[in-house]
Formats: sequence, structure tokens, C-alpha cells
Amino acid sequence: MEQMVYIVSVVFTCLALLVIPILFITRRLSVHLSFKNILRFIKLAASQLDDEEENNEKRGTMGEEEKRRRLPKHVAIILDGNRRWAEKRGLGTSEGHQAGARRLIENAKDCFAMGINTVSLFAFSTENWARPEDEVKGLMALFEKHLRSEMSFFRSDKIKISVIGNRTKISQSLLDLITEAEEATKSYEEKHLIIAIDYSGRFDILQACKSLAEKAKNGLIQVEDIDEDVMEKELMTNCSEFPNPDLLIRTSGEQRISNFFLWQSAYTELYFPNVLWPDFGEAEYLEALTWYQQRQRRFGLRV
Amino acid sequence: MGGGGVSQLLEQIHMLSRRCLFRVLSMGPLPIHLAFIMDGNRRFAKKRGLEDGSGHKAGFSALMTMLQYCYELGVKYVTIYAFSIDNFRRKPEEVQSLMDLMLVKIKSLLDKESIVHQYGIRVYFIGNLGLLNKQVRAAAEEVMKATAENSRVVLLVCVAYNSTDEILQAVKRSCADKDVERERERVRLVDIEENMQMSVAPEPDILIRSSGETRLSNFLLWQTGHCQLFSPDALWPEIGLRHLVWAILNFQRSHSYLEKKKKKKQL
Repeated sequence: MEQMVYIVSVVFTCLALLVIPILFITRRLSVHLSFKNILRFIKLAASQLDDEEENNEKRGTMGEEEKRRRLPKHVAIILDGNRRWAEKRGLGTSEGHQAGARRLIENAKDCFAMGINTVSLFAFSTENWARPEDEVKGLMALFEKHLRSEMSFFRSDKIKISVIGNRTKISQSLLDLITEAEEATKSYEEKHLIIAIDYSGRFDILQACKSLAEKAKNGLIQVEDIDEDVMEKELMTNCSEFPNPDLLIRTSGEQRISNFFLWQSAYTELYFPNVLWPDFGEAEYLEALTWYQQRQRRFGLRV
Repeated sequence: MGGGGVSQLLEQIHMLSRRCLFRVLSMGPLPIHLAFIMDGNRRFAKKRGLEDGSGHKAGFSALMTMLQYCYELGVKYVTIYAFSIDNFRRKPEEVQSLMDLMLVKIKSLLDKESIVHQYGIRVYFIGNLGLLNKQVRAAAEEVMKATAENSRVVLLVCVAYNSTDEILQAVKRSCADKDVERERERVRLVDIEENMQMSVAPEPDILIRSSGETRLSNFLLWQTGHCQLFSPDALWPEIGLRHLVWAILNFQRSHSYLEKKKKKKQL
């Protein structure tokens, strides 16, 4: 019996000695903790060249097939990791957000070039108001700057712009810019860029509920007739032909939806790459699409 | 005789080492509410070359094991996605066999020796129960009544459930609650939240979906806004202690950051 306890305690101490440093290392490297990643790390260390070659091969063949196979109609992106990216490089938070904004424009261009119809971006959440004041001011200034500078691109590429969210707290100048952008691009149909500023999934459902309550009060609709389609038309994503995203990408490895699309992401495939948003480029985006194409979407039925 | 003794001894060792492990885990923050999407039963049966129904039976015993671990760990609320409204669109034979299995298992919860009495579990059946056949519905309501006094652990079984359906019912109830005279502003967030069937439990801390798929499939959409999602590749009947431990370790890593965020929000 004593020997058994001795053996058990030795085994546990060894395990603890292994697991705790691994946790620290993965936290520092911002790598998602999983057996797969640890194995991947070991494989990578052992044969770096081989892996790279393999990846390049895969990407080559996928390029042709992608065009033939299905692509998501609506991609939603949670832009996470700007501040961590800046920290890693010893830069300030505002530089991180600026790099994020540049990456946003590039990625939006890539998305539409690949044939995606609708792209949604979680630019500013209702919870982000709690961040330090200068960061919030900096972000709002960034939105204004980029909306203004990219207007000509939106017009030339015929991209419809919609901004969803609670508009009551945004500054008047930004509001005017948003209205101008939406008006100027409202007739375009094939490409749609939805920017969520001061948005939260629960707020969206609440405002839909309020609007329905108002309609019920005015006799425009009976409460018993309220069903999922009626609800969908009241949500802020009713501006889009494809309100429900097929693919949701959240960068920086955090596996949460953080109150972005709640109702709309009922059947959305969730993709959580470890890369930080300013580093999420065309290659990473291709990987996400490849991953999406390998999913078997059943919607509750049998395959 | 000897074989039985050895397996009992191994069982004891397993339990002892599990208790040590849980003690170590409880040094850090532990989740209060765990949610499970039990995906992969049919693939498991196919993989092992078994007949169709046995995948779900294997899934049920995996569920019982998980519940035992949760109880030992001290998790107060456990939610499971047993049957979605979308699943009614499957082949009628499969739906019927699932209903039969559920009826048997729900009735077994009423036994004196069942896990609910052993661990003091209070059971809720969440979902559009009107869509179930009469016997299953009656059995479910009987179990809810019989376990109403228990308070150690709360088990929420989502059957005939869709999150969009739950939100819709809450919205409808909030609309109907408000008097015709009252203004639109009166519908507040708390009205919707109170009318949600899942309001009997706090929001889940971790959502574990087996079989490696990373989607919510219309499960707890409202409640998982800030929930940690975890998708091990194992199929549901293959899920084990190591997946649970890994999920909790991941939860503990980001817990302090999330707590800070929550406090900022309240400020």
C-alpha cells in the first residue's frame, strides 16, 4: 500500500512539473493549449523544412479546387489581438489598432476578390466603452479616418457599406460620415461590408424585441404570429441578403464569441486561429476557407 | 474471484488519483456551470461497426461518467443538449428510437438507486416540451417534480430545444406581458432574460462540444456570449477525464482576464 502511494505521488509530481511550465510557455507565446499544438510544436522542431514543403503543396492544389467548391456567402470576423500585437513589438496600443485597421482594409479587399458576398467586422463592441478613454477616442478617430479615405475605393469597387450598432453614443461627425457612406453605396448589390460599431448580440435581440412589441401594440402584428423569420427581419442584419454568417473567424486564439452575432451564429462554423489580427494575411485567410470547405454541415440532420 | 478483486482495486486507485487531481485543480478557479453538446454517437457506432442505436446507449453511459466527474469536482450546474428541434427532421425510425431511449432513461431517473438521488441532483427539462409525445413529456414532468427538493447539483436537460426558439418564446412573452398602454421603452433586457427558460441557471463557464466540430448548432446562443468554447476531437462516447481536465485548465488560464473585464463592465 505504501509503495502504491509512493508511486502515485511520484507520477503526479512529474506530471505537475511538466504541465505547469507548458502552461506558462503557451500563455507567453499566445499559442492555444491543446495536445495537437504540443505535438505540432514537437514535429515542427524536428522537421521544419518538411512541414513547410507540405503546406505549400496543399495550398497549390487547393487554389484550383476552391473555385469549384462551395465558399461561404457571409464571413464574420472578430478582430482580436491588436493590443497584444503592439505589446509584442514594444509599440503603443494605438499603433496596434492602426496596424489592425490597415490589415482590415487589405483583408476586406482579399475577401471580395475571392468571391465572398458579405463580410461583417466586429469593430467595436458595447463592452469596449469600458476601455481607457484615449484608446476609445483613438479608435473612433481611426474609424473616421478610414471611412473617409476608403470612400473612393468603396465606390469604385461597388461595395455596399452598412454600419450596425447602437448609434446614440457615437460622435456626430462619425455619424454623418456613416450616413454619407451608406447613402452613397446603398444601390450596390454584389458586395456588402457590414461594420459593427457599438454592437452587441444581446442589444440586437433586445431592439428587435422592442420593435416587435411596438408593432404588436399598434396592431400591426399578432404576438402569436411572431416566428423566427419575423424575428430575423427585425434584427440589425436585415440590411443584408445573407444575415447569418457561414463562417466566423476570431483571431488571437481566444475561443469565445464575446457577444458578437448570437442569434445569427446558430449554425455558423467557428474558426479560432492563433494568429493575432494584424498578422492575419492572405495565407491565413486561405487556410480558414480551406478549413471551412472541409466541414460537414448537417444542420441537425444525418450526413 | 481474483479478477474481480483486481478490478475493484484498480477502481479504488482510479478514484483516489482522481480525487488528488481534482484537489490540485481546485487550487485555481473552477467553473460553476458546464454545458455539453454530446456529438458523435452515430459516428462512434459506425466506427465500431455496431448497430445504429448502440451509439446513443454508449453516449448515455459516457454522460453518466461525466456527471460523476462534475459532481466530484464540485460543479454546481450541468447542461446537456439531448435533442434539438432540428433533430425531429431526421428519419422517423431514428427519431422514434431516440424517443424510446429517452423515455427509458428518464424513467430510470425515478429509481431510488439512480444517480439523481445518490448525488442530490435537481433535474430541469428545458425546451419546447409540447413537441414531445405524451409519455416522454409526462415522464419528464414527473422527474422534475420528484427532484424539486434536491439542491446539490442542477442538471438541465435540453430536449426539443433550439436556442432561437427559446429566445423567440422569451420575446413573445415579454411582448405579451407588457400592457397595451405601456410604452416601448418598458421592454428591457431583464424582461427577456427573466422569460428565458434557462434563467434557472447562471451562464455557462465552459461549453464542451465533442467530435471536433466548432459550431453552436443553435444551443445556448444567448447565454454563451462570454463562455469559453472547447472542442476536443474525441467523439462523445470516447470523452473522458482528460478532456474535462484540459477544458478546466484552459478556463483557468483566461479566467483572471475575463474577471477583470467583467469588473470593468460593472464599473
